[in-house]
Amino acid sequence: MSAQQTVKFYQTGTFTVGNRLLAPEERSVQANMQRTNSINSGHRACQGCGEALGARYAIDAAMNATNRQLIAANATGCLEVFSTPYPETSWQIPWIHSLFGNTAAVGTGIAAAIKVKRQKGELKEDVRVVAQGGDGGTTDIGFGCLSGMFERNDDVLYICYDNGGYMNTGVQRSSATPPAARTATTMPVGPEPGNPFGQGKFVPAIAMAHEIPYVATATVADLRDLEAKVTKAMGMRGARYIHILVPCPLGWGTASHDTIRMARLAKETGIFPVFEAEYGEIKSALAIRRQLPVEEYLRPQKRYAHLFGKQPAVATIARIQAIADKNIRKYGLLAAQGQ
Amino acid sequence: MLKQCEGSHAVAEAVALCRPEVICAYPISPQTHIVEGIGEMVKDGSLKDCEFINVESEFAAMSVAIGSSAAGARTYTATASQGLLYMVEAVYNASGLGLPIVMTVANRAIGAPINIWNDHSDSLSQRDCGWIQLFAETNQEALDLHIQAFKLAEEVSLPVMVCMDGFILTHAYERVDMPTQEQVDAYLPPYEPRQVLDTAEPVSIGAMVGPEAFMEVRYLAHARQMQALERIPQLAAEFKSVFGREAGGLVRPYCCEDAETIVIAMGSVLGTLKDTVDQLRDAGQKIGVLGITSFRPFPLVAVAAALKNCKRFVVLEKSLAVGIGGIVATNVRMAVTGMGLKGYTVIAGLGGRAITVKSLGGMLEKAHADALELVTFLDLDWKAVNKQLELEKTKRRSGPVAEALLRHAGIVGARNY
Repeated sequence: MSAQQTVKFYQTGTFTVGNRLLAPEERSVQANMQRTNSINSGHRACQGCGEALGARYAIDAAMNATNRQLIAANATGCLEVFSTPYPETSWQIPWIHSLFGNTAAVGTGIAAAIKVKRQKGELKEDVRVVAQGGDGGTTDIGFGCLSGMFERNDDVLYICYDNGGYMNTGVQRSSATPPAARTATTMPVGPEPGNPFGQGKFVPAIAMAHEIPYVATATVADLRDLEAKVTKAMGMRGARYIHILVPCPLGWGTASHDTIRMARLAKETGIFPVFEAEYGEIKSALAIRRQLPVEEYLRPQKRYAHLFGKQPAVATIARIQAIADKNIRKYGLLAAQGQ
Repeated sequence: MLKQCEGSHAVAEAVALCRPEVICAYPISPQTHIVEGIGEMVKDGSLKDCEFINVESEFAAMSVAIGSSAAGARTYTATASQGLLYMVEAVYNASGLGLPIVMTVANRAIGAPINIWNDHSDSLSQRDCGWIQLFAETNQEALDLHIQAFKLAEEVSLPVMVCMDGFILTHAYERVDMPTQEQVDAYLPPYEPRQVLDTAEPVSIGAMVGPEAFMEVRYLAHARQMQALERIPQLAAEFKSVFGREAGGLVRPYCCEDAETIVIAMGSVLGTLKDTVDQLRDAGQKIGVLGITSFRPFPLVAVAAALKNCKRFVVLEKSLAVGIGGIVATNVRMAVTGMGLKGYTVIAGLGGRAITVKSLGGMLEKAHADALELVTFLDLDWKAVNKQLELEKTKRRSGPVAEALLRHAGIVGARNY
């Protein structure tokens, strides 16, 4: 099937797809009937999968920004499994899956090959590379290769789809699992139920410490913002990193129709800071329009159900609120102080 | 052109003559001089159109190689020992995806205990990883095998390890005949991939495959190795017609026609074995040597043909399948099934233990008289081993084994092997 197929434009509304009343140049990539549909329909993602949504927007935006000259490397995980059920594939672009922990390095290899082929004149087009994986494949097992790719400033955009755990293997804890969250390996039992506080890591900040040209976070609640960030990243050279929060109905215990709402709540509570950084310095942050208490984000998620029993875990909720408050201060997320 | 150079530098130059496009490097002894040599050639511009990438681990080295090979670039890396083990997941992946990467393995022991010296434990631990494994006897052959390896890998779409003994070959200065660029270009055509990440023709590589097709994919990997089994002797013949010398092939017999006893080995120890056999033949003992160049694919038919007239064989190997004995020996036994031969396994040279003509001579005489044990550890210090075994019988906290044996051995320089 042609990668340039015309897709049916059946989504409506302004927030997710882009407003057709806007001038054409202002419309979202997804609003374009000529969009590549890089991840074609028919894949096996769960209903309401945040990762499928985030990846479709991100890769279509990258395709648009590179004049359809894009190769993707993909880590093992949900995205890889649900998109390539043998003998089918959803990918309308050249795509490779090698291993769980090496995707950034595979991206480096592809970029190196392209560079040589361009030097030799064997490749006319300016082909670009995206490497992508979930939070397990990025912040845990793939972290060594990711840091190496950053440190060498290889010409790869790495996209992490963060749903806060190993959802493909049955919702186990990763280093991106938030505190107190229930997973299959951090059960809500014992004196400190759920994932411990004070562990884990926030890879966007570590990416910034490498002083790479571009680091950004995004969520599937602000898809225009996501498209803009991917477009900006593809306009730059060197190592770039975009970390997208993608709610997982299965792992979070949320309704399929609540994926975007959960992503918005993560941002509006300050739980997930949405910002951009260049060469290690924060350049802008997406302001919170009206700060909400973290409880509004936590309560709909079954992974936090143990906090809201007969005796609510007030102290734990306060600790999570403190994390959100710290993010708001650190990244200047309140509209009044937003950049 | 004849020149006197280090084995590693000979390989570096040979690889450069093959016009590699992407090279990944991570330091591990004893392969470091190879990538250092190539890195310098890329940096000073003598090796053009080649990306040299200093990666952060061997796992990354093989992963970068997977990416660049899948994107259609001729790709090379080198490793050894712990480095090979560290990249194992990606090693299997490269062969599973059918990517024709060429990698030098400067054969070295595997820890613990940590040991930087030569044996074949590293690449033989990867005997089932799906890579072709070719073993070099000399620096000249190491150089020549790399040129053949790129051609073989790319023809059958499988990665190739060229195995050369660490230090014994990599660090030895020997005379080699370095081919010209014109010769190599005449032998090795540009890489034409069977699959490539191409925006004009998008494909998905590495998709999920379930029970409905997995067996078939694995069988095809085996079928490709069987194709390699046919191509390896042909490539050696084509090599001879361009470069004028013998190199490669599946096996190399020496004085095997009338031999009653044939000793089988791989790598640089073959030289010592041939010298030993020359002496034994002078004394009237009909002994021959069979060198195995291609360990994977394993040349069952060629080995059987070389052994068809003998009465017994001895497999001398620098590796140990702990709990059974030999690795190469197990493979050779499969080749001679039903031939009624007596077979002996000799484990020798582990961790760089010198293999001397004297020890080999004594061992082969015993084998020739059928007085050898089925599994023999050549030049093992039985006194030290028994002392430790005795200690462990009497004392629960007997302490770290390696330390106890080092204490027993005393000052290494003063030791008389």
